[in-house]
Amino acid sequence: MAPDVDLAARPPGPGPSGLELVRARVPWAFRWEAGLALIVVIIGIIGTVSSPDFLTSSNLFNLGLSNGEIAIMALPMTLIIISGEIDLSVSSTLGMASCLLGFLWARHWPMIAIFVVIAVVGLAAGALNGLLVTRLGLPSLAVTIGTLTLYAGIALILLGPNTVSNFPSAYTNLGVNAVPGTGGAITYSTLIFAALAVIFGVVLHATPVGRSIFAMGASPEAALFAGIRVKRIKTVLFMVSGLVCAFAGVLYTFRLSTSVSDNGVGLELDVVAIVLVGGISIFGGQGSVPGVVLGVLAFAGIQNALLLTNFNQEASGVVAGGLLLLSVFGRNAASYASRLRAWVPALRRPTEGPADGQAAAGGQP
Amino acid sequence: MTATLLRREPPETPAETSSRRLTERVFRIRESGIVVVLALFVAVTTGVQHRFLSDSNIQFVLVNTTIYALLALGETMVVVSRNVDLSVGSVLGMSAYLSANLFGEHHGIPIPVVFLAGLGIGLGWGLVNGLVVAAGRVPSLVVTLASLYIIRGVDILIVGGGMVTANTLPGSFTGIPKATVVGIPDLAIVVAVVIAAGAYYLRTYRSGRELYAIGSNPEAARLAGIPIGKRVLFAFAVSGAIAGVAGVLWAAQYGTVDSTAGTSYELTVITAVVVGGVAIFGGSGSVVGAALGALLLSTINSALYVLGISDFWDQAIFGFLLLLAITIDRIISVRLTAALRLRSTHRGT
Repeated sequence: MAPDVDLAARPPGPGPSGLELVRARVPWAFRWEAGLALIVVIIGIIGTVSSPDFLTSSNLFNLGLSNGEIAIMALPMTLIIISGEIDLSVSSTLGMASCLLGFLWARHWPMIAIFVVIAVVGLAAGALNGLLVTRLGLPSLAVTIGTLTLYAGIALILLGPNTVSNFPSAYTNLGVNAVPGTGGAITYSTLIFAALAVIFGVVLHATPVGRSIFAMGASPEAALFAGIRVKRIKTVLFMVSGLVCAFAGVLYTFRLSTSVSDNGVGLELDVVAIVLVGGISIFGGQGSVPGVVLGVLAFAGIQNALLLTNFNQEASGVVAGGLLLLSVFGRNAASYASRLRAWVPALRRPTEGPADGQAAAGGQP
Repeated sequence: MTATLLRREPPETPAETSSRRLTERVFRIRESGIVVVLALFVAVTTGVQHRFLSDSNIQFVLVNTTIYALLALGETMVVVSRNVDLSVGSVLGMSAYLSANLFGEHHGIPIPVVFLAGLGIGLGWGLVNGLVVAAGRVPSLVVTLASLYIIRGVDILIVGGGMVTANTLPGSFTGIPKATVVGIPDLAIVVAVVIAAGAYYLRTYRSGRELYAIGSNPEAARLAGIPIGKRVLFAFAVSGAIAGVAGVLWAAQYGTVDSTAGTSYELTVITAVVVGGVAIFGGSGSVVGAALGALLLSTINSALYVLGISDFWDQAIFGFLLLLAITIDRIISVRLTAALRLRSTHRGT
């Protein structure tokens, strides 16, 4: 919970070894993204070899369909986690937007007006998160657990036990049909994800705002002293997240042709899992949008592999949760290795003194 | 979060007893605030609808509170150490199914054995959570978000489409929540004793105080030689074990258990804890406050029902209360820090 304490432990490194010399020559090969790309390729090969259906356009279409919304929501989450915060309310923002859509549609509002309302509500939902986090200095974990409950509660108030499903087919077709001219492989949600990924990628990696986001995640105080408008940028990030999640809710509703109060429950796990699998550090300040795109591919690939086996789909939380833990452990692997060396004398390198054990066991911020 | 760390009050020295008194007084006011809100709520609801204070409704509210209050006890220990346990609802669900299922599989199994089984299941998961957090140096938010879904997933794999129904449970088991002494449910008395014991432990025992120390400043706690890993592991183990026992009680109370038992209980429990005055940043708050928070939430739930308001409003109200509570706590702590700083400058220390 406190990224500034203890957990970011990097014990003093030993002298250069063979591996480290290689690392100095080809640094890109040691990036998280490189390993992830390899895993994605392996999943692709295994999938293609084990099932002839894997690389067909209809399978790709289904993959895009079932992962579209969480992939889209992962993009603003990426920026928020890099900036050192977290937004657990994404799934209930999606659910609230979905219920709002059903609620207003059942009251015969025109669709355009509903979209405007959903945009405003999404922005407001994000603004509430952002203002509580930045202006009151509350931890985003607590705030977004609160709004996770609040927004899901509002969804319940809006629809109660009712279901709205008489949406016009012109809209629900967007949710289940392929984009014309793509051979039936690309869903609208995939297209939206791709477009948003480019936008978020450019903003994060090629603009001053993006550099500021990394800076405030790495050290909030240093960023503040460097004149970065930390509070304003974070508030905007939460608002963007609210807006994107609200429209992910619209997509979700059209895909299932149903608006019901428990839409989206539990999706926050999938979103956080994708982002962390994509190599974003949970402590902020590190990661990349291409990594998250690879994270989406890996996540979707594994889901697909499970679909082909007889795994109970309702229990998919086991896989998402496992992936989440694995990726966090993976990022900590280097520190575990040095702590293990400090514990077990036989593994210790000659350059390391026994005093290293103390530093490794405690860690320096 | 660093900002919070920096603004925290300086460590108290014996010379600053008046500052300590001020701090204690403020936190006592914060806790009695819940009692006042609770009393107001009961008074207003009773004014509108007299049957709210009937014996049967009071019993209903108390029994309803017991499970949340128990879970809040474990959660408080975790939150006080600046961690969070999101997996309590899933642990409760798995324990509820597996323990209730024992009655069907082993006829005539003694009830204490079933409680021990629930305790064991919960303790196991609590240890897993605690080990991963303490040894893996991974934020508890991530670990327990993952284990929330992993445990639920494993539960779904075990239960499948199955369910335990009330008619497979012995009457002496389902009768546990119904037994009363002079109108007060036995269960409420037992839970009150457990909470008192927990409060005594956190207030008085060295290891209990150390949880607060870890929560208010982990780095200082480490330098003071407190075994952080061991204490955090213990807190998670207790939280898990309690969730396990609460699962058995859940089965006794509801009778019908499927794979959805206890879903999203973690949100209610965290709300109860935070509304009860336990700081989500760790380091302050009491078990009694958390239990009062649980009582307040149950009362609100019951009041809405009695007033004829749909219980679909519950969740939104709980979420709003959580946000309100953390906002108030934040304002109090900022004011308190300013007051303490003012005092120390006046005395020239």
